Amino acid sequence: MNRRLLLLAPLGLAAIGGVSFYAMLRGMKRGTFDPRGIPSQMLDKPLPDFDLPGFNRADVLKNARPILINFFASWCAPCIDEAPILLKLRQAHVPLWGIAYKDKHEATDAFLVRQGNPFAHLAHDDAGTVGIEWGITGVPETFLVDAAGIVRWHFAGPLPPEAADALATRFTS
Amino acid sequence: MIAELGHFGLALAVAFAIAQGILPLWGAHRGEARLMQVAPALALGQMIALGISFGCLVWASVADDFSVLNIAENSHTLKPLLYKITGAWGSHEGSILFWCLILAICGGLVALFGGPLPASLRARVIGVLGLTACGFELFALLESNPFARLWPPPLDGRDMNPLLQDPGLAFHPPILYFGYVGMAVPFAFAVAALLEGRIDAAWGRWVRPWTLAAWCALTGGIALGSWWAYYELGWGGFWFWDPVENASLLPWLTATALLHSAIVVEKREALKTWTVLLAIGAFAFSLSGTFLVRSGILNSVHSFANDPARGVFILGLLAIIIGGSLLLFALRAPKLGASGLFAPVSREGAIVLNNILLCSIAAVVVTGTIYPLFADLLLDTKISVGPPFFEATVLPLACPIFFAMALGPFMSWKRAALAPALMKLWWVALVALIVGIVAKMGMHAVPAFAMGGAAWMILGAFADIIERIRLFRVSPANSFHRLIGLPLSSFGTTLGHAGLGITVAGIAGMSLASETIVLLHPGEHAQVAGYDVKLVELHDAKGSNYNARVATLEITRDGRPVVTLAPERRSFTTQTMTTTEAKIHTNLLRDLYMVLGEEREGGAVLRLHHNPLAPWIWLGALVMALGGGCSLADRRLRIAAPTRAAAAKAATNKAARA
Amino acid sequence: MTRKRRRLIVLLACGLGLGSAAALTLSAFSDTLELFVPPSRIATDAPHGGRAFRLGGLVEAGSVERVSVAGQPAARFRVTDGGATVSVEYVGILPDLFREGQGVVTLGSLRPDGVFKAQEVLAKHDENYMPKDVADALKKSGNWHPETGAAPPAAALWNDPQTKITKAGS
Repeated sequence: MNRRLLLLAPLGLAAIGGVSFYAMLRGMKRGTFDPRGIPSQMLDKPLPDFDLPGFNRADVLKNARPILINFFASWCAPCIDEAPILLKLRQAHVPLWGIAYKDKHEATDAFLVRQGNPFAHLAHDDAGTVGIEWGITGVPETFLVDAAGIVRWHFAGPLPPEAADALATRFTS
Repeated sequence: MIAELGHFGLALAVAFAIAQGILPLWGAHRGEARLMQVAPALALGQMIALGISFGCLVWASVADDFSVLNIAENSHTLKPLLYKITGAWGSHEGSILFWCLILAICGGLVALFGGPLPASLRARVIGVLGLTACGFELFALLESNPFARLWPPPLDGRDMNPLLQDPGLAFHPPILYFGYVGMAVPFAFAVAALLEGRIDAAWGRWVRPWTLAAWCALTGGIALGSWWAYYELGWGGFWFWDPVENASLLPWLTATALLHSAIVVEKREALKTWTVLLAIGAFAFSLSGTFLVRSGILNSVHSFANDPARGVFILGLLAIIIGGSLLLFALRAPKLGASGLFAPVSREGAIVLNNILLCSIAAVVVTGTIYPLFADLLLDTKISVGPPFFEATVLPLACPIFFAMALGPFMSWKRAALAPALMKLWWVALVALIVGIVAKMGMHAVPAFAMGGAAWMILGAFADIIERIRLFRVSPANSFHRLIGLPLSSFGTTLGHAGLGITVAGIAGMSLASETIVLLHPGEHAQVAGYDVKLVELHDAKGSNYNARVATLEITRDGRPVVTLAPERRSFTTQTMTTTEAKIHTNLLRDLYMVLGEEREGGAVLRLHHNPLAPWIWLGALVMALGGGCSLADRRLRIAAPTRAAAAKAATNKAARA
Repeated sequence: MTRKRRRLIVLLACGLGLGSAAALTLSAFSDTLELFVPPSRIATDAPHGGRAFRLGGLVEAGSVERVSVAGQPAARFRVTDGGATVSVEYVGILPDLFREGQGVVTLGSLRPDGVFKAQEVLAKHDENYMPKDVADALKKSGNWHPETGAAPPAAALWNDPQTKITKAGS
């Protein structure tokens, strides 16, 4: 009996490894697990004060309901990739606000005309200082801000469809 | 058209693999000789089909067929021909196809050289290889098709990551893959033995050469990878305990353990269950290492497309292969029967010790490699496990191995005594002690101790030969005669053990490495470890697909010229990426290693390294692989003998019938 | 030597091997694990006494200065995560991917004067965020062809009057 258990031990270890790796892969797909990412320091913290042409912190707070804030730029190819996903979120009535990061205004406008505009409000972070304050490591990057103006979730890189679906259900329910 | 032919070859190989996985296994189960006999033909068919397929990929790459997506992404018209060829296995898709090809070659080799095996064992081994190959070929065909087309074809490709455009790395993957995939053969033997429900000495004899061949390739591959990291990454380090490096170290550790425990199965019919588990484990580590790198869970310079969806497919495949074989192991291992008896102090005992320690090291490395992932997943904390952890844990576990390595060959089978073995090694111990004390004068305690240990290992390995030929105890002519008469495998043992000693000496020597970072203007001098380095000038140069900034350094020692080195910084035009090309001068006792950094204030920032004994690290690995080759040559003679006898017998039978 | 006795000895040896491995692992974990600490938590979480840890964040724009420390060329820059800022000093050659305004991870320890002394600097990915699979996906969807034009320059150069923008976006 003991011997049997001993012989099953390698299978047990392999199974534990397999299940956890599956959990990691799922997490990577949904954006909840990133083995390389720098953790965002904004998580569970109130938004830093900012005032950009377009909207400012007070506007976000006035809104009094959870919103998604997306950093993007017209020069960023992955943002093109992300555009249809953002449009889908918009169709699901997810409040989506955009901040154009280090971009020329006309280029941003052309980008939004070409790809479709998913944003309810648009601000311009020309100098990139707000991006630095928020601790973004690149564009696109998305923040979920709750009604009290506290960052609840963050994703670096283009939103994967799975993460977008999860967000959409979270907002509608 | 060529791409479609390659695609067709891949599909054909899948069909062969499915047949190869089902028919022989079914035949062996039912005892039908005819079904078992088709196995070699199917394995060869699969090998040829995949060979054609891979040939097509190489052709498409050389011919710059950018309508093939894989080529457009990883090649460029300006890329040198060598890298166009090696680029065929440089991309994710190509490397999976290459992986399948090697697996098919392993199957083909078993089919070609497996003649003397019992029919049912051969059928089962080939069948298991077929099933494994089938999984990976399906993956290549369905999830990562290397022949997918791109329309409209671009005018030029995106080019390969410049870090990978390097001769060291061009040949590193194929050798490493031979090591990884070669482990599939011992694995197939283990699964076949579990299916048969029996293991004997002959099984051990057949498994050993395959393990040895894969181990040699793995040793060479790891050494080449470490050498590449040494000169291409420009940090002057050679082993970073990077997760990807660890992923290649794990199969090596388990394969080394397997190599030794298979001897016990062969000579003494003991440790059977354990050896089977090791064979499964070595292949499992090979596979999971690849999986972890490909899925993007671990970060690496080889960051292939990190696609979690692909990761799920590979994970499923691994679950079937590893989980299935371990389940079979749990169910069938009790059938393998009890093993021979031996005393704790004996050759078997020494090998058991080696196995326990190697597996403990493997366990520690696994823990250190995946712990950060688990901490992130379960505890939600970001931590990293760096070299200090591995040094603190691996070193204490490796020391007893180093000590026992010289003693082991002096032990007799079944029952031995420690004292006589130690007596025979007294002079080795003395020399090692002296080396250690001398080293202590210039080094810290740990490297000095390692120096002594290296001397103990190298001399201890040769002491075995000296003992066998009774040098100085019989006449030199007699000794020479004995030397000629020694089996090649004992040279294999000696070289293998001495090689590790050389590597350890190299690593210990690197602790004396000195490094200076200086800002030099043309005409200025700097000193490193007694060498005088003069920056002569800085100029621009142009390569086939990059522009370079080159610094000319004149190195002298005590006024005598040593060498002129020209480290570069290259910027690759298509990938907008810069690489540092370190330049190295070696005299086999030390490396002078020069790196050009950024330029400021009209001068250049230079990093100057002096690395004593650095070349020994890779020299040792080469000697180890050579030792493996020696043993392999010996085995072949012994295995070929029954083959020839069997062939002769078959010929006479045929003649008699005719 | 009976079978039972031998098995006992082998099991004991295994236990000893794995036990010492476990003990070594645990002791090394307590000494050598490198924590990841962002600037805003440095006051509370940073290990003291010169123990190494990883500091990660963004390189503050305009904060990089080339200096000379004890005759060796070095770099000083500030790493921020929005919440706080830490000065970092690094003697050596900054990696090729190091740029202002971008993610960076440094390994080193905190000096008594509050400056982070880095032994190693690892630059994170390009600001332009172009993981290969994304580029693949884009090409498959036909939205972007790198072959038809160079990738846009790094955003840091956009406000630089000397950089000529030849091609905006896709």
